[in-house]
Amino acid sequence: MNLSFLPYLLTATQQERPETTLDGFLFPVQGSEAAAQHDHVFMILMYVAGFFFLLINAATVYFSIKYRKSKSPEPPKSSSHNNTLEIVWTIIPTVLVAWLFYIGMDGYVQRRYAPEGSYEIKVTGQKWSWNFTYPNGIQHNELHAPMGENVRLIMDSRDVIHSVWIPEFRIKMDVVPGRYTETWFNATRAGEYPLKCAEYCGTEHSSMYAKVVIHDRPEFDQWMLENGNLLADLSPVEAGEKLFSIKSCVACHSTNGTPLVGPSMKNMFGSERKFTDGTTAVADENYIRESLLEPNAKVVEGFAPVMTTFQGLLKAEEMDAIIEYLKTVQ
Amino acid sequence: MSSDHHDSKLAHHFDDLEQQFDANKFGMWVFLLTEILFFSGLFVAYATYRSNHPDVFQYASQFLDTNLGAVNTAVLLLSSFTAAWAVRAVQLGQKNLVTTLLGITVLCACGFMAIKYMEYSHKYHEGLLWGNAEHSIFKENTADVASSVREHGHHWGDVKDLDPEFRRQTGIFFGIYFCLTGLHGIHVLLGIILMLWLMRRNMRGDFSPEKYDAVDCGALYWHLVDLIWIFLFPLLYLIS
Amino acid sequence: MNTHASSVNYLNHETGFKSWFMTLDHKRLGLMYMWSTFAAMLLGGSFALLLRFELFSPGKDLVSKDVYNHLFTLHGAVMIFLVIIPSIPAALGNFVLPLMLGAKDVAFPKINRLSYHLYLIGAVLLVLAILTGGLDTGWTFYTPYSTSTDTSVVIAVFGAFVIGFSSIFTGLNFIATIHKMRPPGMTWFKMPLLCWALYATSVIQILATPVLGIALLLIAAERIMGVGIFDPALGGDPVLFQHLFWFYSHPAVYVMILPAMGVLSELFSTYSRKHIFGYSFIAYSSIAIAIVSFIVWGHHLYVSGQSALVSIIFSALTYTVAIPSAIKVFNWVATMYKGSISFTTGMVSAMSVIWLFGIGGLTGLWMANLSTDMHLHDTYFVVSHFHFVMVGSALFSYLGGVHHWWPKMFGVMYDEAKGRFWTIVSFLGFNLTFLPQFLMGTRGMPRRYFDYHPQYEYLNKISTIGAAMIGLAVFMIFWNLWRSLKTGKKASPNPWGAATLEWQCASPPTPHNFDEAPAVGDPYDMSLIQFKSDEEGYLPINPCEHDPLICKVESTEA
Repeated sequence: MNLSFLPYLLTATQQERPETTLDGFLFPVQGSEAAAQHDHVFMILMYVAGFFFLLINAATVYFSIKYRKSKSPEPPKSSSHNNTLEIVWTIIPTVLVAWLFYIGMDGYVQRRYAPEGSYEIKVTGQKWSWNFTYPNGIQHNELHAPMGENVRLIMDSRDVIHSVWIPEFRIKMDVVPGRYTETWFNATRAGEYPLKCAEYCGTEHSSMYAKVVIHDRPEFDQWMLENGNLLADLSPVEAGEKLFSIKSCVACHSTNGTPLVGPSMKNMFGSERKFTDGTTAVADENYIRESLLEPNAKVVEGFAPVMTTFQGLLKAEEMDAIIEYLKTVQ
Repeated sequence: MSSDHHDSKLAHHFDDLEQQFDANKFGMWVFLLTEILFFSGLFVAYATYRSNHPDVFQYASQFLDTNLGAVNTAVLLLSSFTAAWAVRAVQLGQKNLVTTLLGITVLCACGFMAIKYMEYSHKYHEGLLWGNAEHSIFKENTADVASSVREHGHHWGDVKDLDPEFRRQTGIFFGIYFCLTGLHGIHVLLGIILMLWLMRRNMRGDFSPEKYDAVDCGALYWHLVDLIWIFLFPLLYLIS
Repeated sequence: MNTHASSVNYLNHETGFKSWFMTLDHKRLGLMYMWSTFAAMLLGGSFALLLRFELFSPGKDLVSKDVYNHLFTLHGAVMIFLVIIPSIPAALGNFVLPLMLGAKDVAFPKINRLSYHLYLIGAVLLVLAILTGGLDTGWTFYTPYSTSTDTSVVIAVFGAFVIGFSSIFTGLNFIATIHKMRPPGMTWFKMPLLCWALYATSVIQILATPVLGIALLLIAAERIMGVGIFDPALGGDPVLFQHLFWFYSHPAVYVMILPAMGVLSELFSTYSRKHIFGYSFIAYSSIAIAIVSFIVWGHHLYVSGQSALVSIIFSALTYTVAIPSAIKVFNWVATMYKGSISFTTGMVSAMSVIWLFGIGGLTGLWMANLSTDMHLHDTYFVVSHFHFVMVGSALFSYLGGVHHWWPKMFGVMYDEAKGRFWTIVSFLGFNLTFLPQFLMGTRGMPRRYFDYHPQYEYLNKISTIGAAMIGLAVFMIFWNLWRSLKTGKKASPNPWGAATLEWQCASPPTPHNFDEAPAVGDPYDMSLIQFKSDEEGYLPINPCEHDPLICKVESTEA
């Protein structure tokens, strides 16, 4: 195995992992209209499957006690074929599975495609973070949405296949590079939920999550206002600090000296960087810029070339702000 | 046939030659089914991309040399004929004729490969390769195309003004073209080895009108290789 | 290997490495497959234990994230390609099929040997991949991850490709054997049900495996030359790979479960001492499953972006698989009715499978369902579902079958009490391991996760304890079998009283199986076989003494 991975992977420090809120024994709370439909079908399946499971196992246990060898040393003559019986236990499952298929399909078509006029959020997956682009151009690493409205997610990936899963909403859809996929929800209760990556995507697969926040409409508008204009409202360093977290840089780069998947940013600016190809360079503004746009052109020694480019995900001013912020991380 | 004469031609686990012949031929048919499914994955890829981008396939197909393809089709058909004739000849016990016919089959197969080589090397020089090949003129970004290819590729002028997405898909066409014909070519090479082995066994006197299942199975394999080409030729060369 | 057998048999008539490695004898090849799958099972099982111990608590316990990703990939690849797929078809099938047909060997012994050698080459390639960079793609090799990771994908892919051809050649051999080498008098509907199951399995092997082969070759072509068919950066389609992959890998699930169902039919009938119930329905349902298995692969792609209409069609087709599976289960249970049931290790395994396949099969209803799969896809619910089918059903049947035919293979009896005890322990451990995983899935834990929220901790802890139990029990089952080779009592030709032909030859069989052509009859009519205590086994009784009517009928038929 490639041992150059090991040193930084052995240190596991993560942001706090989002919790799925349970409701009862089986499921997370029902956070959307689709969740109620899912749980309904789930329970029907549970009763049908449970009945047949108990039936065959009860029969097995009963027969094995009643006809055990000590009790029934010579098998009594009995038929080994009964067409009526065979036809009965062919037809009953046939009818049942046809019905089960139907109730599964019934709600599926509605859950698959969003109604017209939905609020649209663009979702971009990349190793190992999520980015949400709102209709007004705001980009954020949290999914904020208004309660009681249809929200359509249009998704694609910048590298490998990921999958968006929000357990409370019972929706899941793969996020595929080179094409758009879509899913949608209508949240029925305000609160914070986790969004998890459900398609294996490499080292940090299990830490690729995002926070989903459902507000009522006024609160949502307020959030939009506060986050819409980071650069105008805050100083570049403050905005940079926020962007460093919003753009999920923190998922791989710490600011306290601990190496994660990528090197820590502490004391990075102005230091001499050693690269895997043996060359060195002093970290200046251009170095950071290049690292954001062409991350694998220069890879710091001891790390793997796994970062995906932020080309197109950062405006020039945002990049300036991040650079200003990184200068202060000492 | 009776099982009295347990001769050296009969493997120990069969009762008689007839059962052995039946089993061998049946096994060969089953193997051919496997072969068809083996190619089918590529045919599915072909069908998917062609139905998504019919215009790309029509455009890209013109870069293939229909004349060479047609000659190759004729060559393979001839070789299939001689292979079938060889089976008839071995049934009639014409040992020398079998050798000659198998020899012609091998020569045809070699001729096929020679023409294939001409086509491949021509495509390589012209840069008519899949998009990621170093030598390809179908790269998404025209700036990435090697300058040597740009100078020598006769088709460069036609290709460079295409829409980048169209160019990328043309690269996919050539990816499928090389995979399909390459896999078929490997089967032709295996067929050549098989035919040479049959020739050697025939000259050694292993076959007789009663026992010729190896020749029969070899010919069946060769017909399949021929058949796949019969599909490949129109699907790749004759799109218009 | 066996000190009891004094006469010449297939184990002792030749000795030395070469006599085994280059053998054409289906029985020796079957045994070598069996030992190979056992060794691979220990390897894949230790990967599983490492995974479970890593998941004992949240965060890092034992291995790093990348090592974890390598481990679950290799656990899957080893268990599927090196253990389950060759387990019943190649190991038991090779040993038993020709004997059941009263034949001297399979139709193509040389191809049979080639299959085994290809299997070994594939195994070596997989090990080579582990040593030269590992493999972290998951056993599914999904593009574009598999075409972009820097682990040894090409070597591993060639390994799987070669093993695929091993599987194809085994299937080809069995189909030709069943078609052309049945003895006179054995019509299709007088074949033992294991033969039907192996036939259906072989059809899948020869038709589905080549598609996997080409998909894997394309991954190699993609990595070596950048052909681009699956690469979105070059205009290719990564989901096409998933279609090609599952066109093989879904039928491959039936390559694992169909022969297990065949073994179960033999076990239930033999140990209930009763004719199998609904023979023709079980036989036809095997064929039905094989056919339907080819048209259900799209249920792996409900959330991959395939259109709603396509998903609906695949869901409907998938549900039809439930019908033949249910028919089989009902018939097995009906076979026990009015039987004379002895709780041998084989029977205890078979009864465990009723429970385990009950859960594994019925949870398939959730996976096939369009509404519920959207929530459950790629979660621990799926992990648990397919372990119930592939381990709980296929491997428990395999071990049941190994115990059943062990006396025939080696001419010795294993220790029944110990075999039964450890089988029950492994059954309990299995439930302890995988039942909590259903809950993890419905509650929101995705599969292939290195780390999880503490809310899933107690479920993971139970699961890990169960896994340790399985590990111990499987080890003890192997140990019990191994010890029987040295200390086991000599086995009679027919210790269980089964009526299929393999019990008519000696235990262990002579190199050519049958000294005289076996008498073909109804493979499940056990009324003419009775226990003789001085033989410590069953012997056929004179049918005329038993029932003069039969003699009359037979003489008129002749």
